Amino acid sequence: MENGKLKEYWKNNLKYLIALLSIWFFVSYVLGIFLADPLNSIQIGGFKLGFWFAQQGSIYVFVALIFTYVSLMNKLDKEYDVHED
Amino acid sequence: MDVQAWTFLIVGLSFALYIGIAIWSKAGSTKEFYVAGGGVPPLANGMATAADWMSAASFISMAGLISFLGYDGSVYLMGWTGGYVLLALLLAPYLRKFGKFTVPDFVGDRYYSDIARTIAVICAIFVSFTYVAGQMRGVGVVFSRFLEVDINMGIFIGMAIVFFYAVLGGMKGITYTQVAQYCVLIFAYMVPAFFISIQMTGNPIPQLGFGGNELESGRPILEVLDGLHKELGFAEYTSGKKPMVDVFFITVALMVGTAGLPHVIVRFFTVPKVRDARVSAGWALVFIAILYTTAPAVATFARVNLINTVSNSAYESVPSWFKNWENTGLIAWQDKNQDGKIQYTGGKAFAGKPKFAEGRGQSGERLLTNKATDGTNELYIDRDIMVLANPEIAQLPNWVIALVAAGGLAAALSTAAGLLLVISTSVAHDLIKKQFKPDISEGGELWAARVSAGVAVVIAGYFGINPPGFVAQVVAFAFGLAASSFFPAIILGIFDKRMNREGAMTGMVLGIVFTAAYIIYFKFVNPAANVPANWWFGISPEGIGTLGMILNIVASLVVSRMTPEPPEEVQHIVEDIRFPKGAGSATAH
Repeated sequence: MENGKLKEYWKNNLKYLIALLSIWFFVSYVLGIFLADPLNSIQIGGFKLGFWFAQQGSIYVFVALIFTYVSLMNKLDKEYDVHED
Repeated sequence: MDVQAWTFLIVGLSFALYIGIAIWSKAGSTKEFYVAGGGVPPLANGMATAADWMSAASFISMAGLISFLGYDGSVYLMGWTGGYVLLALLLAPYLRKFGKFTVPDFVGDRYYSDIARTIAVICAIFVSFTYVAGQMRGVGVVFSRFLEVDINMGIFIGMAIVFFYAVLGGMKGITYTQVAQYCVLIFAYMVPAFFISIQMTGNPIPQLGFGGNELESGRPILEVLDGLHKELGFAEYTSGKKPMVDVFFITVALMVGTAGLPHVIVRFFTVPKVRDARVSAGWALVFIAILYTTAPAVATFARVNLINTVSNSAYESVPSWFKNWENTGLIAWQDKNQDGKIQYTGGKAFAGKPKFAEGRGQSGERLLTNKATDGTNELYIDRDIMVLANPEIAQLPNWVIALVAAGGLAAALSTAAGLLLVISTSVAHDLIKKQFKPDISEGGELWAARVSAGVAVVIAGYFGINPPGFVAQVVAFAFGLAASSFFPAIILGIFDKRMNREGAMTGMVLGIVFTAAYIIYFKFVNPAANVPANWWFGISPEGIGTLGMILNIVASLVVSRMTPEPPEEVQHIVEDIRFPKGAGSATAH
């Protein structure tokens, strides 16, 4: 495949990475650590929100992020014809 | 049946299963030995990765640690799961496309340098031995508590089992035993958690019960716990005590360290395709998350249960688990006010670990020689016992207690095997084949791999029996080194085509030396100075790997821009690993 196409594929990949890693950072570090104290004044069910993000919510989001990336990349691989077999 | 009979039965059955799998999956070639032939389905690899990753520490110690730390324990929960996002997005697919057997392979080839390869080998071996000693110790502890055999005997049995399937089956044997071990350990973790969640909140799912109401009072269980903590003078459970900057640095170091650990990375060499590497990291995190989202719930339930059971109870009437664990020295009680009741409040009962004297006190408790503190607290509880004692505290049936023993063993053995394989691959492949004797035959290399796995088992067992006093301290080392050396070298090798040998090696050496010096100073040279006031920017030795990583990246970038760019063929490698197409199976050349 020609070089320009591959550059474009790589650029798209980097775009996904930046978007998903920003969410990764926001959920764990911003909501779970930096803003944990103010968020703790919000109560959802029996949880204080900051505490919930630190001990539960961030982990669920991590799982969702990986599967989102997998499906985005599977589509991108096909689109640029760099998928296997 | 009593607990011991149940334990013999369940542990015996699980061991028979592991040995059966080992015989079925004997490795016939180096490729099978190093990367299970590269044909592991992604779901199975995810399960094996989860068992590989979750060690005796995750299974036995983590919930207990959180139970005593409250919110501050979150660093372990986020730190040991968030790293998988980095693995799936930044490392696993590209390293799979690269298609070699080991992390030192990548570092050596990408930076066209045998010195870089050797640095990577030494780090890999050091990190792995650090870890494996703790696992063998965990095996010994479980055996001695539940089967009442000598701790050393327990370690010998554990060594024999690991020897059998790691030496015989290599990665292939380890992978399929790890799948079985995951099933054993997650079942063993969840069953008591379900029971306890129902008992305390009426909701069988611990993740939901965690946010539910306590049956007894009808108030949210976390609110009840915060109330108990306030009443007894402990810090509030749901908010932190650690300074925020330290929490941040520790979490980053654990995440990045996780993504840089060689025994985790190597698991992604075993799947057939690049897209399998991505999705199997996702499956691995799903299987890990089941335990990691249950652990903080268990921590909370156990904490409430513990306080309700012991606080202000007469020693004579406490349940038998209390006295069993007191006999092992992991619980100690000093009746300061001579009222025969256990006062459990904030602060330490006495300094350091309990030192027991001969004889018993007025209520029948073991006497201590420790000097009491001025505080009102009379109770010492080792954090490690919370998960193991939890079923007894909640008065669950005997078979559940036995199951927890089998689960703890599965967690310890699966991690030990993965680490031993990294050590044996590093010696046989990265040192002997790649450096000392490149013309070694396939059979000879396989033989060398088996012998080094065998030797590594024996050394690990030795450290398990004679644990160096510094095992707990060096865990910070393992993560710090992985974060400050491997992670930047690999990431820059993939994402920065201009990165060259000079830059990467400067960065790795600087990262390692800086991180090691900081940890050695505060943990070994001058432990008395290990207080927040002396830390740089308020970063504890546990979190310093993050700063080491930043230094590594900055130094690598600066030096690489001042030195010649990497050779043409290396730039082609970098281009090639960015696209999935044409990922052949892992090759030795």
